[in-house]
Amino acid sequence: MARVILWGSLKSATDGQTELDIDAPDMARVLQKLVDQHPNLKPQLDRGISIWIDGEVHRDPGYLPVGDDTEVYLLPRLTGG
Amino acid sequence: MARAPLYEEDRDLKLVGSRPLRPDGLEKVTGRARFGADVSAPGMLVGKVLRSPHPHARIKSIDVSQAMALQGVKAIVTKDDFNADSSDRNILTNVMARGKALYEGHAVAAVAATSATIAKKALKLIKVDYEILPHVTDVETAMQPGAPLLHEGMITAGMDPAPDRPSNIASRCEFGHGDVETGFAAADEIIERTFRTEATHQGYIEPHACMANVGPDGAGELWCCTQGHFMVRNTCADLLGVDVSKLRVTASEIGGGFGGKTTVFIEPVAMALSRKAGRPVKIVMNRDEVFKASGPTSSTVITVKIGVTRDGRLTAGEAELKYQGGAFPGSPVSLGAMSAFSCYNMEHVRTIGYDVVTNRPKQAAYRAPGAPMAAYAVESVVEELASRIGMDPIELRLKNAVSEGDKSSYGPKYKRIGLTETLEAAKAHEHYNAPLGPNQGRGVACGFWFNFGGQTCVSLNINIDGTVALAVGTPDIGGSRASMGLMAAEELGIGYDQVRTIIADTSSLGHNDVTDGSRVTFASGLATINAARDAIKKLCARAARMWGIDEEAVVWEDGHAKPAGENAGEFEPLSLAQIAAEAEQTGGPIAGHYETNAGGAGVSFATHIVDAEVDPETGRVHVTRYTVCQDAGKAVHPSYVEGQFQGGAVQGIGWALNEAYIYGEDGRLQNPGFLDYRIPVASDLPMIDTVIVEVPNPGHPYGVRGVGETSIVPPLAAIANAVSHAAGVRLTELPMSPPRVLRAMDAAKDAGTASKPQAAE
Repeated sequence: MARVILWGSLKSATDGQTELDIDAPDMARVLQKLVDQHPNLKPQLDRGISIWIDGEVHRDPGYLPVGDDTEVYLLPRLTGG
Repeated sequence: MARAPLYEEDRDLKLVGSRPLRPDGLEKVTGRARFGADVSAPGMLVGKVLRSPHPHARIKSIDVSQAMALQGVKAIVTKDDFNADSSDRNILTNVMARGKALYEGHAVAAVAATSATIAKKALKLIKVDYEILPHVTDVETAMQPGAPLLHEGMITAGMDPAPDRPSNIASRCEFGHGDVETGFAAADEIIERTFRTEATHQGYIEPHACMANVGPDGAGELWCCTQGHFMVRNTCADLLGVDVSKLRVTASEIGGGFGGKTTVFIEPVAMALSRKAGRPVKIVMNRDEVFKASGPTSSTVITVKIGVTRDGRLTAGEAELKYQGGAFPGSPVSLGAMSAFSCYNMEHVRTIGYDVVTNRPKQAAYRAPGAPMAAYAVESVVEELASRIGMDPIELRLKNAVSEGDKSSYGPKYKRIGLTETLEAAKAHEHYNAPLGPNQGRGVACGFWFNFGGQTCVSLNINIDGTVALAVGTPDIGGSRASMGLMAAEELGIGYDQVRTIIADTSSLGHNDVTDGSRVTFASGLATINAARDAIKKLCARAARMWGIDEEAVVWEDGHAKPAGENAGEFEPLSLAQIAAEAEQTGGPIAGHYETNAGGAGVSFATHIVDAEVDPETGRVHVTRYTVCQDAGKAVHPSYVEGQFQGGAVQGIGWALNEAYIYGEDGRLQNPGFLDYRIPVASDLPMIDTVIVEVPNPGHPYGVRGVGETSIVPPLAAIANAVSHAAGVRLTELPMSPPRVLRAMDAAKDAGTASKPQAAE
């Protein structure tokens, strides 16, 4: 069960929740389950996000495995110069 | 599930960390290097772009008939020559206006002709019927109800409940944790201030330039100066409505980018013209176009409130950030809001950001996009709080600095980081303890940037003589060919001069993300190391074949294959050159490859010290001394790392003291040239001293962190702190031009609030 933490302005898409427990084996399925549970998240996820998995930053972690105690932060997509 | 660290702590690096000559130096100083405008083709036409003179206008009609009839004109394109179903409507509309011109300089049509003179003449013959609309260029004015709307249907995202009316606020974002009111209640001192920064330009010396050559079969080639030729290919294919495989893009040498060349402007236009004319087309922006129609950074208004206890504990931080990003959504306000308090371990923090559209060119990235302005506001208040409680500003920062395991202000916990080490380096530096002269002040500021990895693909080919051709797909904007060569040579155990690194075109490698986010030394480096290790496996296999033993019985040491283990047998080590010479007999060419979507980039922190002198008669500021202390993780080529540190500081000096997009009441840019938009020149600058701090990134075998962006984050605040100490009044608006500094000093004197200049304390 990964603990997924959303940034504040996504609260409106999740009925006020910013922390959700998602049971899935990898990040792609975590995101899919999130969208299944909260369809209003999809437009934001489609616009692009960055994902921190246990403090490690990924822009597109895809099928990276997540474990029972994994801490996942969804944040706006990083851009750089 | 946390990944095992990649950092190889016990690795004894022989070449990485040395300072060999740059591989592109000779070509650049002798003029042989080819930049964006340096390529030509038989039958090539000159492309010119017609740009809106109005900041906001409806395009009622465009009549190109007279222009098209001009002898020598071969093609004219408008919005109808691009793919209306493009996946990125904003880029599509920015490249060529659709329905409305949204800023002065917005492209509305383009011409390809046999000469520049004819092309310019043709532009004058294109008749555009505009309905002029009210405009807005100021971020706070644009947020007001009743402001002229750029996009009539735009409803602010991220609001709960969603607004029922459109506005120029594209989105609202919010970050933080804890309860700031509780934090402020625990504070002994609270300071709240509002800061303003102006839009600045990256100021790259080479203007955007490209040459497109599209054949009658729709297949085409593009040569351009860019930070990401794969991005250019993919975006152009989308905007032109063709398959990606039809386009081949080659990145030229680049005369600066700094984030400003991470998107497309003229490239799809040149391709559309070439497709229509059936001939090669070159477009080169002039400086006026670069200012008006490329991508400067946001202007901002930021309000910051921070509380502190008398013993120097920051109890809470709150910030509201308003960034205008030009005519389309996408300002870097979320990155500013995420990074604002990233240097400090605070229990209570909240940031709220607004992404606002105005009638200005669509902003583009500029080194650590969004972060310098946020750091300017936060670090100014932190410095003032230190003065308020009588604590040394570095001590206050050390007392609150984040370290490994701390929760960042944007949420995730930090892995191993080096902020404290940069602060300690600054505190111990002779600069920090040197006496100040009359009218001088000393400022300090910290800065942070995320850094990231991303998609990367590298091929390493062993040549027949044992030298190495390394092909990477990330344009070299800061010395990456040298650092890639060093890393490949390090792994292979050969000399740096045995490796030649090239930037391969888009048909020669798998997709590579743009050179941005300080990602290349980290991600392309990671791929290079692993491509070399892949090649080493193959080299060992070839040696095993030559010796007639098992592959597993061969190891690679010091550039040689050696038999290892009890049953391997006795053989003389084989050098890379010896194995390469036999490659034809042992299985053909030898190459290593690696593809990755790299995660695990290490964040980077810096601390800057600045001495500034303020002329009390004129308000002119002179930076007299500057020191950068930054964590590089591991400096692969220290000279380039120092160059990145110095370059960020210099651009920050320009941003802090002189640079600004100045708009008139008519919504037109008043200073689109380097005479009126003043970037620092050598005579404006002191030597920028550097201290490379090396706290390894656990996500890279050598500990590498990106270094290209963090260095521009602290300067705005560090300089503002120095100037404020020297002037005896807190400066809250950039740039700190002489009239603005003088006004602030005079106002403080009149109000009796001026403090003693630091130098006199």
